[in-house]
Amino acid sequence: MNLLTSWLFDPTNWSGPTGVPARLLEHLWYTALALAIAIVIGFPLGALVGHTKRGGFVLVGAANVLRALPTVGVLTLVVLLAGIGLVPPIAALTLLAIPPIMAGAYAGIGAVEPVVVDAARGVGMREREVLFQVEIPNAMPLIFGGVRSAALQVVATATIAAYVGLGGLGRYVFDGLALHDYPQMAGGAILVAVLAVLVELVLTGVQRLVVSPGLRPVRTSGGIQR
Amino acid sequence: MKRTVAGLVTVLVAALGLTACGGGGGSDPLANNNTGSQSPSDTITVGSANFAESQLLAEIYAAALTKAGVKVTKKLNIGSRETYLPALKDGSIDLIPEYSGVLLQYFKKDATATSADDVYAALQKAVPDGLSVLDKSAAEDKDAIVVTKETAQKYNAKSLADIAPHCGDLILGSAPEFQKRPDGIPGLQKNYNCTFKSFTSLDADGPLTVAALSQGSIQAADMFTTDSTIEKNGWVVLEDPKFNFAAQNVLPLINTKKASDAVKKALNAVSAKLDTKTLTELNTKLAAPDKPDASKVASDWLASAGL
Amino acid sequence: MTWVFDHLGLLGDLTVTHVYLSVLPVLLGLVIAVPLGWAASRWRPARAVLLTVSGLLYTIPSLALIVILPALISTKTLDPVNVIITLTVYTIALLVRSIADALSSVPPTVVAAATAIGYRPFKRFVGVEFPLAVPVVVAGLRVAMVSNISLVSVGALIGIAGYGQLFTNGFQLQFVTEIVTGIVATLLLALVADLLLQLIGRLVTPWTRVGR
Repeated sequence: MNLLTSWLFDPTNWSGPTGVPARLLEHLWYTALALAIAIVIGFPLGALVGHTKRGGFVLVGAANVLRALPTVGVLTLVVLLAGIGLVPPIAALTLLAIPPIMAGAYAGIGAVEPVVVDAARGVGMREREVLFQVEIPNAMPLIFGGVRSAALQVVATATIAAYVGLGGLGRYVFDGLALHDYPQMAGGAILVAVLAVLVELVLTGVQRLVVSPGLRPVRTSGGIQR
Repeated sequence: MKRTVAGLVTVLVAALGLTACGGGGGSDPLANNNTGSQSPSDTITVGSANFAESQLLAEIYAAALTKAGVKVTKKLNIGSRETYLPALKDGSIDLIPEYSGVLLQYFKKDATATSADDVYAALQKAVPDGLSVLDKSAAEDKDAIVVTKETAQKYNAKSLADIAPHCGDLILGSAPEFQKRPDGIPGLQKNYNCTFKSFTSLDADGPLTVAALSQGSIQAADMFTTDSTIEKNGWVVLEDPKFNFAAQNVLPLINTKKASDAVKKALNAVSAKLDTKTLTELNTKLAAPDKPDASKVASDWLASAGL
Repeated sequence: MTWVFDHLGLLGDLTVTHVYLSVLPVLLGLVIAVPLGWAASRWRPARAVLLTVSGLLYTIPSLALIVILPALISTKTLDPVNVIITLTVYTIALLVRSIADALSSVPPTVVAAATAIGYRPFKRFVGVEFPLAVPVVVAGLRVAMVSNISLVSVGALIGIAGYGQLFTNGFQLQFVTEIVTGIVATLLLALVADLLLQLIGRLVTPWTRVGR
């Protein structure tokens, strides 16, 4: 077990500009930035298509193609075309995060029961009000599911971004490989895994807070139903 | 919620249990890091490091051996020396192009030889049993600290000694292993009292390092002297009066058992004709926009050199 | 484009390796996930544990798992087995939940009818319950397959073969054509695999096509 823990438990690796806290913050920064941009781009697109019920086929197709893109390929291509620095990897990460967010918004809003939307319109709400006050709150579980899925993908891929010179926790993996230092490599990998699990837990917690209690799955004797 | 907690606890216990019995042996997964078997005794497996010139040299060796009637398989782009040397030692590869100075320092950290002949003599003694080095070529490709013309002018620096007092203002970029190599960061500190402000892990004189130096995210880079990018960009190679970087003659490192007479003859013939100018030219050809295959550049040169 | 034609041999070799590394985990994952999914659909505690573990495993980034595995199971880091096991784990994590849900949603009346006709439990599972769950399983397989095809390329970063080598090599040589070729090849492979799976799904469930 020394192999997996010797580097991790060495206090010298936890201080300084190349220490774990610094790299952790870099990693989180890349993740947050990419997620924010992806939400700004993907959410409106998905919401619009879900609300108007038009263009769904194109949206799902586009999301599937984006999902099938190999992340390493996109990353190296963008860096070759646009140089190194923060922008290319963030661009690649954002591209990855858009499909789940877009699909989540589209599926969520599209799955809101027609009777509910109809009732809202019948009560006199305008389209925009229907969208923001009825459809989006009702679609929260799926929208949030999309955001969580995107967050996980970005945390995972930000590790790979270290291959093209970025910082973050992936730096330990690639430096460890070049230096033939498996404990460092494993230390980085474990930190990334732990970070991913933590991000998932935090977002699940946020989802609990944000999603209306009326939308939570209800336990009945016949099994779990929504 | 209770069930989630129970589930998590189960997982943690299981994970601890698994790790306790699994990795107990503690054998380094990177040790003998190879994809498997040794080649049959009449075949030579040629390996290369993870940068373009090493691949080119490997292709040259491979082509020369094939012409001499030796059976060859290739395992290119393995990684840094720290990664492929264990593979050489356990027989996953048999032959790899090397550079005399750094190889000597890999086997003998405190080596002090700096001239081409001294390094070669010391290397022959330091090579572990089972491995040997063949004739060295005149071609040299040394590590060098490179700065932009502006930086050189700003500090009026022509050599590492000139820049040493200002190192603390500069960021150095290079492949990750440079941090630990004897002629890397430790060597610069020892020989020139030069401690850079910080180090950025990039690649071995690859696109990342070139881009970083061009964009100014690093002010000094460790590059290879046969890289034509240096001249193309008007960058300055800092001189090395204290010989931090020893002579780096290109030579084959080979598994002694596979070094038959035919093999030795073919490889020594290559080394006799290879010089620094040729190597630099071949590197430039390799980097041309239409990206010719290294194997083609190699065989073209062999043909033109009459080998 | 000429580069592609000049290197068809290389592309062919890489395709074979890539297909092997992405398809084998899906098959292995399916075989292992079915009994696990069945257990999760039958027993509450099993469901809770299995789903939590699956969730956790799916959360771990692929590169991390590929790197950590050698220490856990004493392989070498360059061994492709690490990629296969990692992707199998992901496939299982993905499939267990959908199989469990699909099996749970088989109408109890159908199960009762099958028992009444005389189906023994195992035959009933193979002949009635599982076939009804196939559409959901196929959907899960498609997601697993596409994501595996993309993930195999990650292995190239630590030296494992596959289309990923087109990316690392192209990057080192600053050769855009090579990288684009790799991306296109990956997308094509994903498309073909997806279509094949859809086809197989349809062939295996003829009753879904009746009466349209």
